[in-house]
Amino acid sequence: MPQFGFSISKPRAINLDTNDQVPAERLLQEVPELKTCIACGGCTATCTAGNLTDFNFRKMHTLVRRGEYREVYEQMDKCMLCGKCRLVCPRGINTRAVVIKIKRVLGDY
Amino acid sequence: MRRNSWKEYQKEVADDRYYYLRSCIRQNFFPGSEKAFLKIVGEELGRDIFDDPAHTSCTGIGYHSDIVPYETIMTVVARQFAMMTEAGYENAAVSCITSFGVYTETLETWNEFPDIEAKVRENLYKATGREFRKPRNVSHASDIIFHHREEIGRRAKHRLVNRFTGEPLRGVEHIGCHYAKIFPREGIGGVEFPYVLAGMIEAWGGSVVDYPERRHCCGFGFRNYLVQANRGYSVANSQKKFESMAPFKPDFIVANCPGCAMFLDRWQYTIAEIEGTTYGEDGRGIPVLTYEELAGLVLGYDPWELGLQMHQVDVEPLLNKLGVDYDPAAKYLVTNGRYIGCPEPAMVNMGAE
Repeated sequence: MPQFGFSISKPRAINLDTNDQVPAERLLQEVPELKTCIACGGCTATCTAGNLTDFNFRKMHTLVRRGEYREVYEQMDKCMLCGKCRLVCPRGINTRAVVIKIKRVLGDY
Repeated sequence: MRRNSWKEYQKEVADDRYYYLRSCIRQNFFPGSEKAFLKIVGEELGRDIFDDPAHTSCTGIGYHSDIVPYETIMTVVARQFAMMTEAGYENAAVSCITSFGVYTETLETWNEFPDIEAKVRENLYKATGREFRKPRNVSHASDIIFHHREEIGRRAKHRLVNRFTGEPLRGVEHIGCHYAKIFPREGIGGVEFPYVLAGMIEAWGGSVVDYPERRHCCGFGFRNYLVQANRGYSVANSQKKFESMAPFKPDFIVANCPGCAMFLDRWQYTIAEIEGTTYGEDGRGIPVLTYEELAGLVLGYDPWELGLQMHQVDVEPLLNKLGVDYDPAAKYLVTNGRYIGCPEPAMVNMGAE
C-alpha cells in the first residue's frame, strides 16, 4: 500500500448535553481568566514536558472544557510546574494554577 | 403554481461578450476542461469570449491559507478588472469556484465599504497605473453552461441515457461551497436549491441523484488539504459523501469546483488503497467529471481531447454507457502522437475480477 502520510479520520461526535460539565465549571470559577484563552497553543509550544513526552496542555485544557476527562488527570502528572507556559501566555492566564486546579477538580475521575 | 419567492433564487447570467478568468489549478487537474469551455462558448455557441493571456491567478489559495492578506487579493482582483476594462468587456466568466467566491466577496466588500474600494483603486493606480470599471455581471463558467444548456442539448450527439437499458443515467451533482454558500444570491437556486448542475443533467436527459449528504462539503477545505497531517479530515468528508451516494448507484459525479472534482476523484483511489473500499458498480470507482467535460461528452467531443485520461477513476464504463466512440489505444497519446506514459494499475480501476 502506498504511504500517504495520513489516514482516514474517523467520525467523532461530542455531546455537550450528556457530558458532565460540573468539574469544568468549577475550574472556571477557580481560574476565571481561563475564559479569555484564545487557544493559541503558546503554552504547548514552550512546554518542557511537552518536548520530552506527548503531553499537550492545550489539548488537555480543551478536553476539560468540553467535559471529556478521560486520561487528563494522568496526563497532568507529566507537568513539572516550571511555569514557562505562564510567561508566554498572551492572556496572562495563570496556567500553573490551571494545572493544579484541574488535578484538584478531577480527583474523582 | 409558481412561487413568487422562487424569484429570489434566480440569477442573471450575461448572454454574450465574456471576459474569461482562468483557474490556476484546473489546467493541472483537468487539462482539457477550460479549452473545452472556450470551444463550446466560442465556436459551438458563437459567443464572444476573450481569453486574456495577461490576467493572473486570483491568489485565492494563498488567501484561504493565510499567506495573502485581504488587501493584497483585493488589489489583484482590481487588476483583473482593469485588464477586463482595457479589453472592453463587462461580463466576467470565472472558471474556478474559489476565484468566483473571491470576486463576489471583493465586490460585496466594496459595496459595503466604499472607502476600501477607494483605497484599493489608489493602491492599484500607484502600483500599475491602471484604472477599472466594476463588472456588470460576474458569472461562474458553470452558470454560463447552465444558461446555454438548452442550446447545448439541441446540439447533443449523446444524451445522458444508458444505451444498454434505455434508462436515464444517474448523476450525482456536487456544488462547490464557495459557489453559493458565501453569497446565496450569487448562485442559481441559492444555497438551498442549487440547480446549476442539476439543470444541466436534466436538460441533457439524465436523472439527478438526491442522497442524504448531497450538500456536504467534499472536504478540500484548504487547511484540511494543504497540511499533510490534516488530510485525514479531508478524505473523511469525501468518504461520508461516497457512503451516502453509493446505495443510489450513480453512473457519474459532476462537480463545478476544481477542488471538489479533484478530490472526489483522487480520494476514491486513496480510500481504495487504504481500506479496499470502492463505491461504483463492479467494484470500480465512480467516474468524476467537470461540467465542461460533461458538456463536451454530450456534444460528442473526443474524450481524450477533453483530458479524461488524466482522471484517477477510469471513465470508460461511463463512455460505454453513453455510446461514445473512442479509441482505447489513443488514451495516453497526445495530439502529436507522443506517448505520455500510463499510470500503474490501481485497485479503484480493477473492478471485481
